[in-house]
Amino acid sequence: MSRINNAFKNQKTFIGFITGGDPGVDKSVEFILEMERAGADIIEIGIPFSDPIAEGEVIQAANIRALNSGTTVHKIFGLVRKVREKSEIPLVLLTYLNPVYHMGYQNFFEQCRSSGVDGIIIPDLPFEESREVGEVAEKYGVDLISLIAPTSKERIEMISRESRGFLYVVSSMGVTGVRSEIETDIETIVREIRKTSDIPVAIGFGISTQEQAAKFASVADGVIVGSAIVRIIAEHGEDAGQYIYEYVRGIKAVL
Amino acid sequence: MKGRFGEYGGQYIPETLMNEIHALEKAYEFYKNDDEFNKEFDKLLKEYAGRPSLLYYAEKMTRDLGGAKIYLKREDLNHTGSHKINNVLGQCLLTKKLGKTRVIAETGAGQHGVATATAAALLGLECEIFMGKTDTERQALNVFRMEMLGAKVHAVTSGTMTLKDAVNETMREWTKRVHDTHYVLGSVVGPHPFPGMVGDFQSIISKEAREQILEVEGKLPKAVIACVGGGSNAVGMFRCFADDKDVRLIGTEAAGKGIDTLEHAATIAKGEKGIFHGMKTYFCQDEFGQIAEVYSISAGLDYPGIGPEHAYLNDIGRAEYVPVTDEEAVGAFEYLARTEGIICAIESAHAIAHLMKIAKEFDRSDSVIVCLSGRGDKDVSAIANYRGVKINE
Repeated sequence: MSRINNAFKNQKTFIGFITGGDPGVDKSVEFILEMERAGADIIEIGIPFSDPIAEGEVIQAANIRALNSGTTVHKIFGLVRKVREKSEIPLVLLTYLNPVYHMGYQNFFEQCRSSGVDGIIIPDLPFEESREVGEVAEKYGVDLISLIAPTSKERIEMISRESRGFLYVVSSMGVTGVRSEIETDIETIVREIRKTSDIPVAIGFGISTQEQAAKFASVADGVIVGSAIVRIIAEHGEDAGQYIYEYVRGIKAVL
Repeated sequence: MKGRFGEYGGQYIPETLMNEIHALEKAYEFYKNDDEFNKEFDKLLKEYAGRPSLLYYAEKMTRDLGGAKIYLKREDLNHTGSHKINNVLGQCLLTKKLGKTRVIAETGAGQHGVATATAAALLGLECEIFMGKTDTERQALNVFRMEMLGAKVHAVTSGTMTLKDAVNETMREWTKRVHDTHYVLGSVVGPHPFPGMVGDFQSIISKEAREQILEVEGKLPKAVIACVGGGSNAVGMFRCFADDKDVRLIGTEAAGKGIDTLEHAATIAKGEKGIFHGMKTYFCQDEFGQIAEVYSISAGLDYPGIGPEHAYLNDIGRAEYVPVTDEEAVGAFEYLARTEGIICAIESAHAIAHLMKIAKEFDRSDSVIVCLSGRGDKDVSAIANYRGVKINE
């Protein structure tokens, strides 16, 4: 059983996101281990990109901080190796397609395997364009994780059938970022997925409070929190570790 | 393959937009062959935009440069002053057919933003324009112009605060609100069906030019030349000559301060294959696949990518792409003003600059057409600035 599958066994799963290299690669390693200590089950690491078109302002700013600190895709693999020296927590990379394409799919996924990456999320790679990347990812034992949006409708069946690892259900229209209200009918989406697949379903985009996390965890298998954690880093910088720990512990407690 | 020019193009966009882009694709496939739609579009082009645009014989330039007879396709004489109106009228009309009530668009220098705001005013659509903050400052007059036309202008403060960031922000806005909103993309870039569709709407340029040159010269030109940022006026200028194998298709890209500096936007000369903004094509990027900051004196050519149709035409050798520096473009801008009394857009001056280099290679019995994509009122202060002249606006 893969590390990702394990993380969904007999529990509601908490997935925490940070942008790799924000504010520095060593700090990212520390923050990831803090999240694990606080009960996080899977960690999603963003590879910083010059033009993150699916991100809201909070994560855009984190991308800029990470790039300014000299973070490259190679340093992200170094980051993964450092975490792997101390932890078996499932690690999922979030990256836009161009850095992967530029490095070459074979080379990129070979690095994923050798460093210990379990899955990958590519927000600008929809189902129809995903075959080539998916085949290489599979060859190297990396789950290409698919997204489902509030607008996916009849596409849900097709995407669910081919899904790997877990399904990332986008809670809201638009980009990442904390939201006070989420109006999408998530239950209906999860029901549609369940007609085709029993893959774990995690809900992300806009979740920040314990109340929201508890609500979405009750209709799915897990929740993904990104901007709320990145906001803590924006506020506390290098000292964010203990605040991240407390925040994640608070969310995990209500799942 | 569907939506591809060779290996280029595709639909690399977030899942949230996929159903919307498929609906657009389907609607466009229908309307492009719909007589009623085409009749309405033609009427707008003729009666509102002022088409057909002139094919002007530049006699003084021809004499002065020596060589080919030089013709200028005068897109600068269209309503709103550039070729951009051709595309926005098509897309705004399509927006109405889709039953949508709101359009959003990116703009660099403001030409596409002004054109979109214009078409939206005419057709009764709500309109919001996204423009890099740097560009809103460089082109304050165009911001006010768009506002006069009833559009809301957002100054984009992310990234480099220029055209690429304006595209990012317009895409983000579209993912927030697709149900009533169409994204009027301004160039032959982005996910399918945009590159092909924008190219179709712009192909009126070469459709007219081909008929016009055959009428006056009785034979096809030896070459057609157009500037390339994303490349919409160039696709417009190339399309109907593409099957005429003896007509050279030449695109001029912005070399800024020189292709051996870091300050240029010469995608074909210096870019590499990549996948971004919904498409596979050439991009200026760094060794890690980060999209590069690009530079040109021309805000309209200041884009790190190039339309996938151009990438394909380049690879198969059907079209040639050459870099032109700021210095050469400013020289051509001044030359055209002095010689023919035409103040053209600094974008179009990149095409004129290359013409000035190659006109002599042809015989007087041959002709060359340059697409004068826009007028240059917007650039006068930038040229003054370039020459170190201080003027009060």
